[in-house]
Amino acid sequence: MDTSLLTRKSEHEWWIAPFGKMRVPAVIYASEALVRDMDPKVHEQVTNVAALPGIVKASYAMPDAHWGYGFPIGGVAAFDPEQGGVVSAGGVGFDVSCGVRCLFTGLKREEVEPVKKELADALFYKVPAGLGSTGRIRLSDAEMDAMLLGGARWAVERGYGTPEDLERIEEHGCMADARSEEVSQQAKHRQRDEVGTLGSGNHYLEVQYVAESFAPDVAEAFNLHVGDVVVSVHCGSRGLGHQIGTDFLKKMAIAAGQYGIELPDRELACAPINSAIGQSYLGAMRAAINCALANRQVITHLARQTFAEVLPQAKLSLLYDVSHNTCKVEEHSVDGERRRLFVHRKGATRAFGPGHPDLPAVFQATGQPVLIGGSMGTASYILVGTHEAEALSFSSSCHGAGRSMSRHQALKQWRGQHVVDQLAAEGILIRSPSMRGVAEEAPTAYKDVGAVVDAADAAGLSRKVAKLKPIVCIKG
Amino acid sequence: MIPKRWEHFAHDADIGVRGIGTTKGEAFEQAALGLTAVITDPQAVEGREKVEITCEAPDDELLLVDWLNALVYEMATRKLLFGRFEVHLNDHCLQAQAWGEKIEAARHQPAVEVKGATLTCLHVGQEDGDTWVAQCVVDV
Repeated sequence: MDTSLLTRKSEHEWWIAPFGKMRVPAVIYASEALVRDMDPKVHEQVTNVAALPGIVKASYAMPDAHWGYGFPIGGVAAFDPEQGGVVSAGGVGFDVSCGVRCLFTGLKREEVEPVKKELADALFYKVPAGLGSTGRIRLSDAEMDAMLLGGARWAVERGYGTPEDLERIEEHGCMADARSEEVSQQAKHRQRDEVGTLGSGNHYLEVQYVAESFAPDVAEAFNLHVGDVVVSVHCGSRGLGHQIGTDFLKKMAIAAGQYGIELPDRELACAPINSAIGQSYLGAMRAAINCALANRQVITHLARQTFAEVLPQAKLSLLYDVSHNTCKVEEHSVDGERRRLFVHRKGATRAFGPGHPDLPAVFQATGQPVLIGGSMGTASYILVGTHEAEALSFSSSCHGAGRSMSRHQALKQWRGQHVVDQLAAEGILIRSPSMRGVAEEAPTAYKDVGAVVDAADAAGLSRKVAKLKPIVCIKG
Repeated sequence: MIPKRWEHFAHDADIGVRGIGTTKGEAFEQAALGLTAVITDPQAVEGREKVEITCEAPDDELLLVDWLNALVYEMATRKLLFGRFEVHLNDHCLQAQAWGEKIEAARHQPAVEVKGATLTCLHVGQEDGDTWVAQCVVDV
């Protein structure tokens, strides 16, 4: 992106004053190097979002912002229903509630290293990954509805976890106001045998160790110590969420004119929050959030079963579970006034700071863990929410590293087996059903996630706590 | 005359599929091959099963999105990959046959699952006389 199009307010804060139909400014949080590296389309998309009805304060882009569909990925925007505010299916994305869950294992790296091959094979056998894979649960219509209303709580009630897990999941494991009747039969059909599956693309289950600690007091409060082994799961709402995105993108594109919404581009398809389609989407989207929470809960159960076989001394318990593709109703201070807003985070992680009433007691003093997944073979990070982020970004932070290279380019450059061998030589075991998939996900096809979290830290969106490095990666 | 073909175009996070043909229907067929090529080599997919697809939309562009999404849905629910397509268009109605086979991970090496077709870079139109183009970004 051309930095001459931006006004630099501080080292990591860049503004675009309203022009054309923009109702509010656009704000990008990033280092100069990251901004220069951003596609010019991010400028177009972040300013287009600023033109949508009812947007409050600003249209934000996180340090990992890149070209998405409608909203930039790494985009955050809040809308006020009392001022004609809208909800957008493209502002949430197809993979509704895609997110990251991090589990402690109670193990040290030296306990896992000797059996990591056995562990990798066992996890790959147990956790369905890749295109066309199915889970062991087949949902009846009644169970589908129960899952869509209950989320991770549904999974725990069916034996896939313990009640203690729920406190360490956003929304306490169950998104309120979900409406399963707003979810199409096609979406339900796509999900019937996909509960407890990882999916493909950049989704994974990784066994990682804490390589570095940046904030010892917070790391201690989170119970993270250098050398500890954790398990991270990155996946979302599977076919059900994808179909809801598909269904409502079309409905909103057709209906926008009927609501008098003038869209700079069709891809910004949206509907007023206080409209039939808006309410229908919110009900379905919340059901998809529950689907994602249930999915990560069942995968947790599969990981626990696997560890029980290979490393019986392990005890897998949750650090936290965060989602980075959502629209949630939250109260925020705007010019000293508390307002109820619909906050879209598309490839952005909620990052509540210390004392936030929605956080469980265990994170009241520190703020919430903000889990940032890396790409295959690279580091992941744990950050913590800050007070400042409330004013900066409606308490939002980055979500990961974007691609630096197209899938096509990556495929031309690498062979999957070579990537697997190279990572194995570095001590990282990859298991995947597709070598072409591995080539397309090669570590250097992605931007440096370290630069992204450094910028999020420097901008005050969240603070770095720990760096995780992979030992085993199960890739879809 | 430009022969019919498909190609991919770059997008930061996802991937663009473009079908090119001498008729709109041919461009839709080629876009579908481009969709398969996101996942696997279309030539490696055998036509063992036939699926009938019909879609209707208010305009050509939404019809393309519907068509690709119908294929995504059939692939997801039937665990199929498609390698050959025949599309008939009448106004904004599409009737099509798609031939394919069950996914075999070891043989097809499916790279990535397509989540859905988006409205980004969405375009259906006639260019340079008798060349039709049908394209959009698909989310992977």
